Amino acid sequence: MTSLAAARLQMTVSLAFHMVFAAIGIGLPLLIVIAEGLYLRSGQKHYLALAKRWAKVMGLLFAVGAVSGTVLSFELGLLWPRYMELLGAVVGHIFGLEGYAFFLEAIFIGLYVYGWDRLSPIVHWWCGVVIAISGMLSGVFVLGVNAWMQVPVGFQLEGGQVVVSDPIAIFKHPLWAYMAWHSTLACYTAVAFAVAGWYARQALRGGANAYTRTAIIIPMVVGSICAILQPLSGDALAKYVFQTQPVKFAAMEGQFQTARHAPLRIGGWPDEDAEVTRFAIEIPGGLSFLATRDPAAEVPGLDRVPRSDWPNVGVTHLAFQVMVASGVALAVLSVWFWLTYARAGNGLFDRRVLLGAMALATPVGFIGLEAGWFVTEVGRQPWIIQGVMRTHEAVTPAAGVRPLFVAFSAVYLLLAATVVVLLRRLASAPIEGALH
Amino acid sequence: MDVSAKWWTDLAALAALGGIVAYALFGGADFGGGVWDLFALGSRKKEQRLAIQRAMGPVWEANHVWLIFVLVVVFTCFPRGYAALGEALFLPFHLALLGIVLRGASFIFRSYQNTAPGAAAETSGWGIVFGAASTIAPVLMGTAFGVVTQGRIGLGPEGEVLALHPATWLSRYAVTNGLLALSSCAYLAAVYLTNETQGALREDFRQRAMFAGTTTAALAGLVLLLARRDAPWFFGQLLSERTAPLVGLGLVCFAASGWAVLTRHFRLSRLFAAAEVALLLLGWGVAQYPYLAYPAMRLDKVAAPVATVRFLVLTLPVGGLLLVPSLWALLRVFKSGSQSRLPA
Repeated sequence: MTSLAAARLQMTVSLAFHMVFAAIGIGLPLLIVIAEGLYLRSGQKHYLALAKRWAKVMGLLFAVGAVSGTVLSFELGLLWPRYMELLGAVVGHIFGLEGYAFFLEAIFIGLYVYGWDRLSPIVHWWCGVVIAISGMLSGVFVLGVNAWMQVPVGFQLEGGQVVVSDPIAIFKHPLWAYMAWHSTLACYTAVAFAVAGWYARQALRGGANAYTRTAIIIPMVVGSICAILQPLSGDALAKYVFQTQPVKFAAMEGQFQTARHAPLRIGGWPDEDAEVTRFAIEIPGGLSFLATRDPAAEVPGLDRVPRSDWPNVGVTHLAFQVMVASGVALAVLSVWFWLTYARAGNGLFDRRVLLGAMALATPVGFIGLEAGWFVTEVGRQPWIIQGVMRTHEAVTPAAGVRPLFVAFSAVYLLLAATVVVLLRRLASAPIEGALH
Repeated sequence: MDVSAKWWTDLAALAALGGIVAYALFGGADFGGGVWDLFALGSRKKEQRLAIQRAMGPVWEANHVWLIFVLVVVFTCFPRGYAALGEALFLPFHLALLGIVLRGASFIFRSYQNTAPGAAAETSGWGIVFGAASTIAPVLMGTAFGVVTQGRIGLGPEGEVLALHPATWLSRYAVTNGLLALSSCAYLAAVYLTNETQGALREDFRQRAMFAGTTTAALAGLVLLLARRDAPWFFGQLLSERTAPLVGLGLVCFAASGWAVLTRHFRLSRLFAAAEVALLLLGWGVAQYPYLAYPAMRLDKVAAPVATVRFLVLTLPVGGLLLVPSLWALLRVFKSGSQSRLPA
């Protein structure tokens, strides 16, 4: 394994790991604030018990997210010094904004998780609101930096010197807004369906009391709204990628040749050597239509750029298909859930097929989230900053990348295993308060 | 570089230095807490660990964010310096990072592995990891300080980092700096804990403060002695007119905190110990000025374009307006010693 491959794998492992916890840090506080808010309004104990249980989970997962995020802020510079040198100079301050949001989140997590008996109920609830908002904002700011890697705006290179013309150029760029919107919805969706799925499994095993029913309904409200809005944001983002990163777009869709009436491919496997995508279900003109609203429009293929500028087409296409499939599955599940609820009310909690489908869908939102991130990042290759710096130019010359990759992967494995064990232990602990 | 650009980069450097001071005062004490957890001894071993757990629980994550703050200011305002430090200190930074990760994770794992109250006091695998990681991380960070003040990080004509011999950060000067950082963290933690405990338990931490204080004084003397030979530029800067008053005042505060510990003036001891660490770190910063790392990285040479630096510096008061009252609330709720509720 080369040093470059080891550095890329280390980033992959670190980010894939952190992303789960970051998404939970965005999504879970919202569910908690809703549950505690319902308790404050109604005084019913099961809402409080739920908020307390979820807050315990948040306390554990936020800590792991905080330390894995710290790894990333070091590693960006340790593994990719040349990249960080340019990124820091142009958009480092956006990480600064993220830092303030994260700081607030960390302060209010302390107040919230440890403050049940020390703060008045309403102040406590507001602490939760601050966590939910600052968690969401820190994600939105990080996406500003990521959007800049896709469309590096706001600076020029003049004789090796970086000249910054507009420090907030990326915030004026539509790509940031589309990415922020799409990713935030993805985080809420992933967390909501994971929570609902977990309690659907409980309902299947032991029947649904008020506690379990609420633990399904709250995330299903949040998750369904997001899952149904998600195709709109995805469509807007894909159209924008088509305009700004046509190579990535072609790889996502497995479009090797530039063509009019380009078909939309469902599934399929791109064969890079033969430059053809096999085994896909093709909808004629579908891709041209989705990209431009005109089924006859020309879609630039991978043939427009030399092969050395191609990303890994197979991975990009596959990840894109997985992402879309998971989004569709969750949207369908949402409609099924609410149609059933409208007809059957609490009878829904006896519908074993629906509950079984929800339990099966527990990881689907997270799979979609990770797959979407693969599309964005693998599809950008071979560039680390699109059109400006190639990934291999950015990697550190320092020795020891490989053994450190192995060491950090082992640590992540240990952390992941411990989190699973502790969550299971937490789940089996008795629930606080009266239940019926 | 024009005057206004210099002004902005100086402000950014001051912000980074302020962040380092805050990280030392808050995060450093948390590392020290881990050290005393590892070395919890005697008949009140469990009570010691519980006191540390209580003191750190609600605040350690917020304290940890100061490190992120420092990183962000440095890589935004001095990106070339950040890249060069990352290359030169690749291995020690990675090892410190492992320590930081394991410290945080093990702290939370330990308190979740058994839901019974007081379980964190029992000796456990994660408890040992917590203590060991808390001990190793400050040593590595202090060592990095040593390498920087020693002037060992060089840049070539193209800005490339000149290869650093691995033994550089294992030199006696660098390692002594690491040990000084460790004992300073332990001292701060012990002094703070005397303010958060009572009776015999408080006496336990008072003894630990006396031990760590003595060690810190000895190591500080040793660092100065070694600096004279191994880091002559830095040594000269420390004794310069600009820096000497800060360092002198820091040492006076150190002596005062030692006196306060001995005479059981606990609140005063906390104040003086914090002032000591803050003043000595400020002295370090002023001594280094105008270098991020002597001799290759002068602040203005490694600075980002002024538009970026200015943006970041201008966000500081806005961020401060949000963060300072929030931090105050956090400390007031958990450190005021009363169980009173905040007004609704």
